[in-house]
Amino acid sequence: MNFQSTQIRVRRATTASKIGVVALVPILIFLAVIPYVLGRGTQQTLVALFSFIVLATMWNLLAGYGGMVSIGQQAYIGIGAYGLVYIADTLGLDPLLAVPIAVVIAGLISIPISLLAFRLIGGYFAIGTWVIAEVVKLLVVQFPALGGGSGISFSALSDFSPGRRIAYVYWFALIGMVVAVAVTYLIMRSRLGLGFTAIRDDEVAASSLGVRVVRSKRIVFVVAAMGTALAGTMIAANTLRVQPDSIFSVQYSAFMIFIVIIGGIGTIEGPIVGAIIFFALQQWLSDLGVWYLIILGVTAILITLFLPRGVWGLISANGRIRLFPVGYSLSVTDLAKSLSNKERGINEP
Amino acid sequence: MLILGWLDYMTWINAIVQGLLLGGLYALLAAGLSLVFGVMRIVNLAHGVLAVVAAYMGLVFVQTFDVSPFLAIVVVVPIMGLLGFAVQWGLFTPSLRRGGLSPLLVAFGLAVVLTQVLQEIFTADTRSIQIGSLASSSFEVTPDIFVGIFPLITFVVGVCVIIALQTFLSVTPLGRAMRAASDDPETVTLMGIDNRLVYALATAIAFGTVGLAGIFLGMRTQFSPTFGDAILIFAFEAVIIGGLGSLWGTLLGGLVLGVAQTVGSQINPSYGVLAGHLVFLFVLAVKPSGLIPKAVDR
Amino acid sequence: MRLLEIDNLDVFYGDFQAIYSLDLHIAEGETLAVIGSNGAGKTTLMKAIAGLAPSSGGQIRYRELNIETVKPFKRVEMGIALTPEGRKIFRSLTVEENLKVGAHTKRKGPWNLSSVYAAFPLVSERRDRLGINLSGGEQQAAAIGRALMSNPDLLLLDEVSLGLAPVVVEQIYAALPQITGNGTTVLLVEQDVNQALKVADRVQCLLEGRTALEGRPQDLNRELIASAYFGLA
Repeated sequence: MNFQSTQIRVRRATTASKIGVVALVPILIFLAVIPYVLGRGTQQTLVALFSFIVLATMWNLLAGYGGMVSIGQQAYIGIGAYGLVYIADTLGLDPLLAVPIAVVIAGLISIPISLLAFRLIGGYFAIGTWVIAEVVKLLVVQFPALGGGSGISFSALSDFSPGRRIAYVYWFALIGMVVAVAVTYLIMRSRLGLGFTAIRDDEVAASSLGVRVVRSKRIVFVVAAMGTALAGTMIAANTLRVQPDSIFSVQYSAFMIFIVIIGGIGTIEGPIVGAIIFFALQQWLSDLGVWYLIILGVTAILITLFLPRGVWGLISANGRIRLFPVGYSLSVTDLAKSLSNKERGINEP
Repeated sequence: MLILGWLDYMTWINAIVQGLLLGGLYALLAAGLSLVFGVMRIVNLAHGVLAVVAAYMGLVFVQTFDVSPFLAIVVVVPIMGLLGFAVQWGLFTPSLRRGGLSPLLVAFGLAVVLTQVLQEIFTADTRSIQIGSLASSSFEVTPDIFVGIFPLITFVVGVCVIIALQTFLSVTPLGRAMRAASDDPETVTLMGIDNRLVYALATAIAFGTVGLAGIFLGMRTQFSPTFGDAILIFAFEAVIIGGLGSLWGTLLGGLVLGVAQTVGSQINPSYGVLAGHLVFLFVLAVKPSGLIPKAVDR
Repeated sequence: MRLLEIDNLDVFYGDFQAIYSLDLHIAEGETLAVIGSNGAGKTTLMKAIAGLAPSSGGQIRYRELNIETVKPFKRVEMGIALTPEGRKIFRSLTVEENLKVGAHTKRKGPWNLSSVYAAFPLVSERRDRLGINLSGGEQQAAAIGRALMSNPDLLLLDEVSLGLAPVVVEQIYAALPQITGNGTTVLLVEQDVNQALKVADRVQCLLEGRTALEGRPQDLNRELIASAYFGLA
C-alpha cells in the first residue's frame, strides 16, 4: 500500500446523516407552525405522540444502550407530572420554571433508587423497578396535598384561552421532544456511548480498559429518569389531570417496550419510528379495543424473535443508513472505491 | 389493664399466624418462578397472569360441569403443564437462542397478550371459584386465634410442593439434568441430554405448579384479568427475599412476605401491600443475596 | 475399520477460519494424538467432532455415516464422548452426581460407577464433594470418568494436561490403558508432546488449522516434530 497517495481520516457523519440534517430543518419548521394550521384536537394528539417519543427514546437509552430493561419508568412519569402540577399550582411558580425543577427532582430521586435497583440484574432488575414504581405510587397517595387517591388538576394555565393554552403546551412539548432526543443523541455519540458499546460486548473487558461500568449505568439511569419525568410534565400539561392509577400505570411501560421493540432497539431512529407506527396503529385500530393491545403484543413477540432490529432495522438495511450517526468510520481516499465496507473498517456500534 | 395488654399481644400473634398461612400461598405461587429462573435464567414475566389463567380455567370447568373445584385441579394442572411445555419449546427456547434482552421481552409480550385475551373473554369483572362453607370454616387455637381450614390446606399444599420440587431436583435423573443444565447448558449436551427437552419439562412443571397455585388463589379470593400484576410482584418478592436459586429460600421468602403484609394490614388496612414492598426493599438494601443464598453461583 | 473419517473439513470460529480442508482418520481401537501449539485448531477440531462447532465444508463420517448435521446430544447416543477443554465439571453437583449425569444415555458397556471409581481412586475419594470444591487434577479425572459413563466407542480427550502438575498428569494418563484395553478408540489433543508420544499409536500435528505432520511415534524424530509444531520451514 502506498501511503503517500492515500489519506486516512476518521469521519463521524455519513451521507445519509448529511441528508438527514438538511431534511430535519423543514420538518421542524413544519411542526412548529402546526398550531397555526391544524386544530386543537390534532395538537393534543401530537403532544401525546411527542411524549411517547420522549418515553421511548429514554427507555431505549436505558435498555438498548445501557442494557437495563425497566418496567418501572412510570414512577418518573408520575414524579414529573405531580411535580409540575404541585410546583406550578400549589407553590405558584411559573410553569416554565416548574418543569426543569420537576425534572431535576426526578433525577435526584432516581439516584438512591439506583442504589437499590442495581443490586438486581436482568429480569429481576425489571420487576424490581416495577416494585419501586408501585411504592412511589403508594407513597404519593398518602399525601392529601397531592390529591390522595383521586389526584390533582393542572390549573396554572387556566388564565389562557384554550386555543392559546393548547398551542403553548404544543410548542413546549415540541421543544421538549427535540431537547430529549438531542441529549440522547449527544450521549450516545460521546465517550459514554462508546463505553456502552464496549460494556455490551464484554463488561469485564470494558471495565479492565477503564470504562467505569457502574458509574456509566447510573448516569444513564438518572438521565432516563429525568427524560421520562419531562414526558410526564408533557402528559400532565396535555391532559390537565393527574391521577395516581393512570399516571403510575404499568401500561406506560408496556407501550414504551412495544414501541421500541417494533421501531428498533438500540438506535435513535428506532424509537421515533416505533412511536409513529404505534400512534398510527392506535388511530387505525381504535375500534378494536382490547384487540389492539393483543396485536401489538404479538407483533412485539414476533419482531423480537424474527426481526430483532425492528422496523427501522429493516428500513436502514440493518444499520447501514444512519440519520443520527453515532459511530466512527475511516475515510480512505484512493482505496475507497475498490474495497468493501468490511475492508474499509466501517464500525457499526 | 393486664388483660388488655394480653389481648393486644394476641392480635399481633394472630396477624403473624394468618401471615404464615398466606405465606404458604405465596410460596406456592412463587415456586414455578423460582424453578424457571433456576434452570434457565429466564424471568418469566408472564408468571403472574398464568396463575390467573389457571384460575379462570378452574372457574369455567367448575361452572360447566358443576363439580368440586378440587376436581378442577386434576384437569387444569396437566393442561397448564402442556401449555408450559409448548411455550418453552416454541417461544422461550428460541428467544434464548436470540439471546440478550429477547427472553425478557418475549415473556413480557406474552404477559400482556394473555392479560388482554382474558380481559376480552371474561371482562374486567371480578370472579371467584366457590368453595361453599369451606371458605369460612375455621378452628379455634386460642380464643383469639382462629385458623381457617382452607388457608391451612393452602399452606400445607404450598410446603408440600416446595418439598416435592426440591426432592425432584435432588434425587431424580431429570432433576439432576436440570441442575446440570443450569450450571452449564453447553456441557450438558455432551452428556447426551437434549436441552430443549429439559427446559420444556422444567417449564411444564413450573406452569403446573403455578396452575395449582392459581386455582387455590381463585378459591381464596376474587380475581380479575389484571390480578396477574400483583401476583407477579408478590412471587418475585418472595423469591428475592428468600434468596435466588433456593427453593427453601422461596418458601421462607413467601412466609416473610405474608407476615409482613398481614402485620402491615393490622397497623392500617391500606398499609398491607406497602409493608411487603418495604420489607422487600429492606432485604434488597441490606442482604441482596436473600435470606438463604445459593451455595454455588453460576 | 475406520471409526472416524474426516475429509476436507473447514471450521470457522466466528469470522476466523480455524481449520482448513483437514483430513483425519482413526481406526477402531486406535489411539490418535493431535498435537500442535496454541491456536493450531485442536480444540476447534474436537468441538466439531462432538458437534459443538458447526462445520462449513467437508465431511465428518462416523461409522460410515455423515454426522455434520447431527446434534451433539445425539452424537453421544451414537458413542462419541468429549471431555471438554477446561474440564467443565458441573459445579453445583457432587462428583457422583456428575458421573450419574454422564450415564444419561444408558449405553451398555464396562463403565459404571464402581468401575470408574476403581479406575480413578482420586475420583472415588471425592465422590461426595461439590464440583466447585475440586482441584484441577480431581476435576480432570472426574471429567474423564464422566465421559466414560456413557460407554463411548470414541472418546475425545481435549487438553487433559492443561494447567495440571506433571505428577497429576502422569496419574491421569496411567488410567488410559484401562480405557483402551476395553477396545475404546481414543482421540486425544495434547500440548504436552512427550506425553502424547508415549501413549499414542499415531500422531497428527496441526499448524494454523492444517496438518503439518502425521505418522507413528516410532517413525518420527524430535526434529521433524519440532519443525512441524512450530512451523519452521
